[in-house]
Amino acid sequence: MILVLNNKIDRSSFELLSKARKLADKASMKLAFLLMSNSKKDVQQLARFGPDMVILAVHEKFNRFSLDPFLSTAKKILAKYSPSIVLAPATTFGRTLMPALAASFRTGLTADCTELDVDEKGNLLQTRPAIGGNVMATIVTPTHRPQMATVRPGVFEIVEHRKDDVQFIEERIEDLSDRCQLISVEPKQAGARLEDAKIIVSVGKGLRKKENVEVAFKLASLVKGAVGASRAVVDARWLSHDHQVGLSGKTVKPRIYIAAGISGAVQHLAGMQTSEIIVAINKDRYAPIFKVADIGIVADAYWVLSELVQRLERESDESGG
Amino acid sequence: MNFLVLVKQVPDTEKVKIDPISGTMVREGLDVTMNPLDSHALELAVSLKEKLNGSVTVLSMGPMNTIDVLRDAIALGADRAILLSDSALAGSDTWATSLALAKAIEKLNIAFDLMICGEKSTDGETGQVGIELATLLNLPVVTYVSELIELGSNFVLVKRSIEDAHEVWKAPLPACLCVLKSVAEPRLPTLAGKKTAMDAKIEIYDTESIGINREEVGLKGSPTRVVKVFNTKIARNCRIYADKDILEGIERVVGLIKAVRDGEAK
Repeated sequence: MILVLNNKIDRSSFELLSKARKLADKASMKLAFLLMSNSKKDVQQLARFGPDMVILAVHEKFNRFSLDPFLSTAKKILAKYSPSIVLAPATTFGRTLMPALAASFRTGLTADCTELDVDEKGNLLQTRPAIGGNVMATIVTPTHRPQMATVRPGVFEIVEHRKDDVQFIEERIEDLSDRCQLISVEPKQAGARLEDAKIIVSVGKGLRKKENVEVAFKLASLVKGAVGASRAVVDARWLSHDHQVGLSGKTVKPRIYIAAGISGAVQHLAGMQTSEIIVAINKDRYAPIFKVADIGIVADAYWVLSELVQRLERESDESGG
Repeated sequence: MNFLVLVKQVPDTEKVKIDPISGTMVREGLDVTMNPLDSHALELAVSLKEKLNGSVTVLSMGPMNTIDVLRDAIALGADRAILLSDSALAGSDTWATSLALAKAIEKLNIAFDLMICGEKSTDGETGQVGIELATLLNLPVVTYVSELIELGSNFVLVKRSIEDAHEVWKAPLPACLCVLKSVAEPRLPTLAGKKTAMDAKIEIYDTESIGINREEVGLKGSPTRVVKVFNTKIARNCRIYADKDILEGIERVVGLIKAVRDGEAK
């Protein structure tokens, strides 16, 4: 059995189920989804993406993630169903629960996979960027079970796979203890929403100074897009980590990705190279970013962004007036 | 109050070589530095120690050149440095690493109130060892800690930063915190600190002295195996606009943007 874990019904759940369905078919395995949440709301939605079984572990304590109650519940369910493969999204949820779960079962765990496959023996082939994104590595867990991996959100395609006979099973949850205590929750303001943007304007150190980043926000708002950033820009605190694109930030796949003043370190390319159209703007004709771009403009990035803003503003003034 | 900080030596990821047979990183003979995220964990521990008294122990597993990184930790305020180093440990995955570290902590009887780890290393980028180790030691764990609000005699109050919210959690001691950069800004070493570090004793242990079964660690004891390492260079045919063509390039981008934006509006 392949078991997919999550604490929400969201895109990352659908992506994982879509991919896991293909693996399950190839290896002739059953596919189950374990939802650990405080609510059963929308659970029927999961059926559209191909699980044979949805296991519901619903408890009010699952309102916010805390390791103790989630770990004890996941351990019980893994012991009961003995899946040979366990997958979770590489979100703060998956990246906290899965290592604890892997250690509890004394098995291996591969972090942040960007590709998964199974071989004829049912071995999970787990591929991830390695060594700062310099190479890709494929990893297997030959003799330990379950085989466990977290999977980077935004990488797999969502594919509908309707099944009529999806089984819903409610697990009884008892005595959930938690050594940690939640004191308060303050929701974050809607961030850059990079993952959903159709157009992303990403900035690098080539913008020369923090104040110049403003022009990227202007352009993004004119095109209903979002602002991304290289690691160098986030490290220099020009922008918050929410904006970071790349191996240690977000993976994005917009219709148009504009890399302004970004040289194109592998670590950045890993997060954006599957974008539909890539526009690179850089003063250095030999910057690696041009190798992955469709359109390259060899010029000062701040100047080019300002030109784009002016042209788009002029045009909207004309159509408005 | 006693602190245990896990540190890892990382190579400059631009210059790394891969062992073609095992598929793991060749760590010998590389310039190494303290994993940048661990230096924030260390700073948090040292600044708390300075306020509350106590000691900071740094623990690492790696080849012998890790000594330099541990000396740096002492220069930055750590009191005791322990290195687990043995050829039998080479190639350990996160499970085998966690197991070896857990055994070292038990065998050496390292006492602590708070174990602090950086979010992840800049080379492996798994962020798993701290959590796996804490699970083996049966410690309560709070991950993605962005701020330590209060450290009491038997509890710690922290802010946790996740996708949709900031949360405040209270954990009993001893506990494990996996921290983000924002918890503390690393200081620069002082001259006095560097001098202390030069004379400091780095405690080095091998598998035998800790009582680790060599079959349980290293490549042999690791559940995961790297089976293939490859490059994925996606090259596109880039149309370059330079010099007198720059404005033409800008016009083309404006056209593309309008097509996508207006396509969405319909």
